[in-house]
Amino acid sequence: MMMKTMTNALAETNALSGKTTEAAPVLKAEAKGLNFFYGAFQALKDINMPVYEKKVTSLIGPSGCGKSTYLRCFNRMHDLYPGNRYEGAIEFHPDRTDLLSKAVDPIEVRMRISMVFQKPNPFPKSIFENVAYGLRIRGESARSVIDDKVEAALKGAALWGEVKDRLKDLGANLSGGQQQRLCIARALATDPELLLFDEPTSALDPIATANIEELISELKERVTILIVTHNMQQAARISDYTAYMYLGKMIEFGVTDQIFIKPRRKETEDYITGRFG
Amino acid sequence: MNQQDIQSMRSMISAHKRWDMLFGVLGMLALMLALMTFVSLFLDMTINGIGRINLDFLTSFPSRRAANAGILSAWVGSVLVMFVTACAAVPMGVAAGVYLEEYAPKNWVTDIIEINVTNLAGVPSIIYGLLALGLFVYTFGLGQSILTAGLTLALLILPVVIVATREAIRAIPQMIREGAYACGATTWQVVRDHIIPYSSPGILTGVIIGMARAIGETAPIITVGALTFIAFLPPIPFSGDPPAGVFDWLFAPFTVMPIQMFNWTSRPEAAFLDNAAAAGFILVLMTLTMNGLAIWLRYRLRKNIKW
Repeated sequence: MMMKTMTNALAETNALSGKTTEAAPVLKAEAKGLNFFYGAFQALKDINMPVYEKKVTSLIGPSGCGKSTYLRCFNRMHDLYPGNRYEGAIEFHPDRTDLLSKAVDPIEVRMRISMVFQKPNPFPKSIFENVAYGLRIRGESARSVIDDKVEAALKGAALWGEVKDRLKDLGANLSGGQQQRLCIARALATDPELLLFDEPTSALDPIATANIEELISELKERVTILIVTHNMQQAARISDYTAYMYLGKMIEFGVTDQIFIKPRRKETEDYITGRFG
Repeated sequence: MNQQDIQSMRSMISAHKRWDMLFGVLGMLALMLALMTFVSLFLDMTINGIGRINLDFLTSFPSRRAANAGILSAWVGSVLVMFVTACAAVPMGVAAGVYLEEYAPKNWVTDIIEINVTNLAGVPSIIYGLLALGLFVYTFGLGQSILTAGLTLALLILPVVIVATREAIRAIPQMIREGAYACGATTWQVVRDHIIPYSSPGILTGVIIGMARAIGETAPIITVGALTFIAFLPPIPFSGDPPAGVFDWLFAPFTVMPIQMFNWTSRPEAAFLDNAAAAGFILVLMTLTMNGLAIWLRYRLRKNIKW
């Protein structure tokens, strides 16, 4: 039922904002009846949501609404801690692998889906080794391949020009914004199909934030992006689709313009107009 | 506030401040007591022993004549025993610490193991000596050898190494682990590439503190049956005929520094007391060198680890 209204909403707002000329979005992932439990506490309740290929999808909502919890389901981060439990499925396209299935190894999931965290978390290794790490654990040992991919990833993360002469320096010696771009390069180096961002700019100053936002807009040419943000303006600026979550439920999902200009649900409107949250 | 109130407030403050002073002085005294005890012991030992410290002292075997006696077999024994101790305690202690932090499920079994590891650090060393006598010497038939002594001391310092490893691992921020797992690493890859490298300064410190304790241990070594008078060296390590002869040195009889000291202090002739003082001086020097090494290595390794 929920899905149907969402699809309708899409069609309607596409028409509204003149985006009908664009090709129909291709599905990359789809949450189906997703419930998530921290022990006995149910943090996510029956989430149904599509993620479209090579688009930016934002998750917004007040603190504690479950948006980060939802994001961390996509790369099975919750498997690292005991007592967590998933129900339902996240289908990953084109092969329709269920990311949450017990039969699917979380390592396999994380090999296909990269993540950038709230606070920059470069390893206490060199800039080069930070970016190369994903390749090394995939068994890549050819120096030339690693060199090329590290350079490409750093260029992709708009960091190459600043660090190309100091690749042996510690990642921690970079500024906060550079560190976060280093983490993005680390995530890009392994050619992920989906890139998860968990409030990537919340620890950064406005200039570094603007750089990261610009970068995200460029990256969607290459990779599907799902981003959690507590900053509504950010969601409005960078995303194609936006989902509003509250108390573990998906309240509304739609094209970003529609969500911000013409929300269908009263709760969404209250939140984005600042009456609540 | 009138003049009188101000006066009484001031006298109250100065009365309170006397307690400040008093505590400062008491603390200083306590500190001095501990420090001066060590310094005076060390000085006394140095003054008595310094006359005996020369190359001959280091390169001579013990002798019936105090002036000819040296500590060659003792310091060689100590070095070899320490080597065996390190080889056994470091891999076991680090593996146990890593397992407890990164692999073990968090349940009551793990809790009981944790509590017991901490308790082991408080077990008197003579108990380890008795255990080793029964287990290594008699049950395993390893004899009263360097191997037995090394393994005994390894057991003794194992809790120190485990606790140091765990504390060093706990200091690694969770977001570093999550970053590595998010790249698709397995637990072993996270341990090999991140946990062990980043915790190595802390582990090293723990290992050396443990070793500094082990090098001065006398009771367990006497219990397993080290000799007190030994006028020959074990074979040079790894020098024998392969394959079996390579490990001959492990099974050789031996003595260690504190036992040599203990032997000399129990002699009636006063001249042997000077020998004991000289040996004690060298032993303290060995310990201080190890501690210094720990501080230097920790400083060097920490420079490259920033979160």
